[in-house]
Amino acid sequence: MKTAILGASKGMGRALARVRAERGDDLVLLGRDIEDLERSAADLRVRGRGAVTVIACDLESPDGFPAVIEALFAGGIRLDNLVITAAHFGTQDELEADPVRARRLLTANLANTVELCERARVALLAQGGGTLCVFSSVAGDRGRKPVGLYGASKAGLSHYLEALDHKWRAAGLITICVKPGFVKTGMTAGLKPPPFAGEPDAVARQVSAAIDRGTPLIYTPAIWQLVMLVIRHLPRFVMRRISF
Amino acid sequence: MSLPALRPISAWGLFALPGRERQSESLEAASATAELSRGLGRSYGDSSLPATPESELLCTTLADRILAFDDGSGLLTGEAGLALHEIHRLLMPRGWFAPVTPGTQFVTLGGMVASDIHGKNHHKAGCFGDHVTSLRMRLASGEVVTCGPDERAELFWATVGGMGLTGHILEVTFRMVRIPSPWIYQESRRVPDIESFIAGLKESGPDWPMTMGWIDCVSGGSSLGRGILMRGRWAEPSEAPARFPAMPPRLTMPFFFPSWALNPLSVRAFNILYYWKHLAREKRGVVSPWGFFYPLDAIQLWNRMYGRRGFTQYQCVLPEEAGQGAARRFLELLVKLGGASFLCVIKDCGAEGRGLLSFPKPGISIALDLPLRDWTQRVVNELNAFVIAEGGRIYLTKDTLTLPADFAKMEPRLAAFDEARRQFDPERRLRSHQSERLLEPAPKERP
Repeated sequence: MKTAILGASKGMGRALARVRAERGDDLVLLGRDIEDLERSAADLRVRGRGAVTVIACDLESPDGFPAVIEALFAGGIRLDNLVITAAHFGTQDELEADPVRARRLLTANLANTVELCERARVALLAQGGGTLCVFSSVAGDRGRKPVGLYGASKAGLSHYLEALDHKWRAAGLITICVKPGFVKTGMTAGLKPPPFAGEPDAVARQVSAAIDRGTPLIYTPAIWQLVMLVIRHLPRFVMRRISF
Repeated sequence: MSLPALRPISAWGLFALPGRERQSESLEAASATAELSRGLGRSYGDSSLPATPESELLCTTLADRILAFDDGSGLLTGEAGLALHEIHRLLMPRGWFAPVTPGTQFVTLGGMVASDIHGKNHHKAGCFGDHVTSLRMRLASGEVVTCGPDERAELFWATVGGMGLTGHILEVTFRMVRIPSPWIYQESRRVPDIESFIAGLKESGPDWPMTMGWIDCVSGGSSLGRGILMRGRWAEPSEAPARFPAMPPRLTMPFFFPSWALNPLSVRAFNILYYWKHLAREKRGVVSPWGFFYPLDAIQLWNRMYGRRGFTQYQCVLPEEAGQGAARRFLELLVKLGGASFLCVIKDCGAEGRGLLSFPKPGISIALDLPLRDWTQRVVNELNAFVIAEGGRIYLTKDTLTLPADFAKMEPRLAAFDEARRQFDPERRLRSHQSERLLEPAPKERP
């Protein structure tokens, strides 16, 4: 199997790449920093037996997407899974203080991610199908005070991914929307972990299983499905009062 | 980079000090403003704790990649936050094991270098630093350099066992060792007193790569220093099971024991039970490496047994020159002081570590847990007075309470280490709570 991961050198992407490497996948690592990707490639070559290659891809530079897609599908070798874990993050306070940064985040996490998915959709369908696994977030499930702006980008992304799956699954394109809760990674390192905070390794195993089964939507760690079920059903007057 | 939140930071001894802790996959960038790097927080004392509430520490555990591994020579390069258990999980099935391991595998490469850890094979294999070929470091000046036994050797040997005070360790290259099978052939036997114990360790040394013992430290008189002596070697494929030894499921200590749970009676009962659990005078056979090397790793957060007030460990080495009787006199003093411990471990040390502050030197090392109570400082002071008189020293990685004057008396190499710090960190930007307590203060604070 061949799996490509955007954001493979950090956090959940790193953990997922390791899980897939250990079960023998060939890997393509995508990210902004080639030098950092090469260090991850070395790590994955020790862990697995498959081939590991790297391709530069920046979510903020959509002009580069056609070349990325071409490189990914070059040589006529089938790409089984494309995983997108990369995204921008900022706390609500940081983003409210800097509207330009807020726009950049919304552009990268929503518009640019969707463009990449659209280009991947065409290429995956052209080869007869495949799996597109994209990391959204529980932050997109409900408008909440601490993640309003970040959550808005993820709400749009989740919405798009659901429709993509409905429309193209019959044609062979499996879309998986991953909604992580709080996971202890470099992205969340400065924040105080809430109850039910997860570890990247456990998330990676769950996501890997979802890719194998073609599960269209997963919450991870699994307990967040229950947490978000409650939060989605809280009345507005309650949401306005709580700070969660 | 925003400033991490102020919060209590603790290590394995559980007592906490306020500070700020940064976490990052990129140690080179994130170490710019940090006073100290720390790994999995398995040192018992304050060596990985913040010097002041304003201190910023860098937690290395997200930097956990293997950057190179040579299946021919066993040479492995890893980022400083790479944990030993991950190395073993990946490479033991391929016939490789760490050259030296401490009593837990939940330690990082950076921590293993900074503490220059030793293990059951010290009498044969020396310390971890003896197997390190190269380090990549970020010095206090911001300069990133590599060092090793043949390159910037002064920096290297000050960093090995240097408690993270000479620079941020970014990458570690060391040599793994080939093992014939992943199983251990072990012999263990009950030993009636301390003299037979030391004789047993000495006699086993030449033929057995791994030796250690557990002593009952509540029984005095003729049973003083009785215990269980263990010795082991890697099993040959012909005697070992063909399967890979499963890592045992890890249970978690779900809560803190109340402080009264640990009392003279329960400690006494535990020590007696542990001794007599070994019913046969002698046992031999092939055992799992996990139970052999890491018996306590089976219970996550076992340190909660000591209650919320936490605990410390006292580990000292009594040098060969002190003679056979030193260990007996140490245990007599311990029994008299009533500082009884669940776990008292004895091991004979080989050659002195080459790091400027490496702990081991030829002699007998004794380690025991002490809960932090009102009397603990007094017990540590008295044990230290004894150790100084015998020419021994304590292990910084375990220490919480040693007084600076006592440490200076037991550490003739201290001046050389202070000099190395002056050279590699003239402004003393790198520091820990322990270094502020025991080592030379920064120039501006000096009288």
